[in-house]
Amino acid sequence: MIMSNLQRKRIIEYLKQGKRFDGRKPEEYRKIEIKTGISNKAEGSVSVKFGNTEVYAGIKLEVIKPYPDSLDSGVLTTSSELNPMASPDFEMGPPKIEAIELARIVDRGVRESGFIDFKKLCIKEGEKVWGIYLDIYAVNDSGNLVDVAALAALIALANAKMPVYNEKTERVEHEWTKESLPLNKDAMAFNMTIHRIDGVFIFDPVKEEQEISDFRISIAASLNKGKARISSIQKGKEGTISSEEMEKVLNLVEDKIKEIYPQIIKYSELK
Amino acid sequence: MRGFTDKMAEEKSKYTKRADGRKFDELRKVEAKVGIIPEADGSAMYKSGDTIAIASVFGPRTLHPQHMQNPETGILRVNYDMMSFSVYERKRPGPNRRSQEISKVTEWALAPCVDLSEFPNSVVDVFIEIPQADAGTRVAGINAAAMALAHAGIPMKELASAVAVGKLDKTIVVDLSKEEEDFEEGEGATDIPVCFLSRSKKLSLLQLDGKISTEELNKAIELGKKACEEINKIQTKALKEIKE
Repeated sequence: MIMSNLQRKRIIEYLKQGKRFDGRKPEEYRKIEIKTGISNKAEGSVSVKFGNTEVYAGIKLEVIKPYPDSLDSGVLTTSSELNPMASPDFEMGPPKIEAIELARIVDRGVRESGFIDFKKLCIKEGEKVWGIYLDIYAVNDSGNLVDVAALAALIALANAKMPVYNEKTERVEHEWTKESLPLNKDAMAFNMTIHRIDGVFIFDPVKEEQEISDFRISIAASLNKGKARISSIQKGKEGTISSEEMEKVLNLVEDKIKEIYPQIIKYSELK
Repeated sequence: MRGFTDKMAEEKSKYTKRADGRKFDELRKVEAKVGIIPEADGSAMYKSGDTIAIASVFGPRTLHPQHMQNPETGILRVNYDMMSFSVYERKRPGPNRRSQEISKVTEWALAPCVDLSEFPNSVVDVFIEIPQADAGTRVAGINAAAMALAHAGIPMKELASAVAVGKLDKTIVVDLSKEEEDFEEGEGATDIPVCFLSRSKKLSLLQLDGKISTEELNKAIELGKKACEEINKIQTKALKEIKE
């Protein structure tokens, strides 16, 4: 995406006055819309929108062999496609670094928070465990795909139902039990990507804002006993950050997670 | 049209009644919506029963790689794929032989509708995704893509409407569901995706898998034509509902 100097200048001028083009405050999110059950063939599926940015996420489960270093644990595989359908900036072909980084950030947020109880996904130690495939598709990119994708991942997982496994035929049947995945719903790590544009920190950027930012920092956090608990961080782009600024960012994260977490829990209970 | 199919069914077909209660020439419940992907130049959703297709269109834009450019006209390029969780057995993300073939036949189905002669060296890109599949995904993709092309303001001579016609044992039906596609009794299931163009009334997609006589195929195509006329009305209505 190419930005004109004029557009860049205007965005900065606005931000200096605490304003954004779409009328939001720097730390304000766009409207969040959630629709679960977008595929009746998936164990769990959801469409999540922040403003115009839309992501589909779906969960499929398979019975697989465990990894040699964790014979009694299930396996999570996260993949994402920045489909050229979603933006004129995306190209066809195998996933490029942007898509890979997005999947990695989402994966770490889910994995490190302890949201999934992998031990409970073991069917027979050393032989059979459940493999969770979390697949993420960008449908429309109007900025901040990573946060939308991360929330979609959480809700798809929270909505998933365990399929019926036939021990005799060793096949996963095309029907579902009433059971959910073994999840620890107090440990849903919500990903917040904060961008710094000319000294101003903003949440939930649109495309133009993320294009001109100096750096971004993605922080996945849950709320534990009223306090933010961080489970993954990724600093992106070339800009550097001072420790004073980092403190400021962490304060913003602490405030934002307190404000937004009850909402996230509610989303995870949507049917 | 119902007359002959019902009569054929009476003959001795093992397929006498549709599982979902539809008449033999009845489409599944259809929903169509235009303008679902704001970043695209045009976009649409087409839903038939449990099959959902979404499509977005970009262009005309400069075609890369350059050696593919045609100095005489713009070209249409279609990419169809299914989302991994659209089917019971997870589909590996990324293109496979099936999706590449469907992309190509979809391109051939849509190309006669558009006139890109004013846009040399450029491309109109069509992307089709299937978030939920229950048979007939290529025809749903074509219906969504045709609306998306119109929404993008691409010069069009006519609209394309597609449906899968089928023969279940000896009974000819339209818009097969996955359950019907898997029908195995008697002569089994024959799957015939067809695409008809709205003005020339010609076929731009025709594929067939199964066993069928020439008479039966003629009838199936006629039935498909009728169904496509119905689909065309639904597409046109959705296009008229654009609010932007």
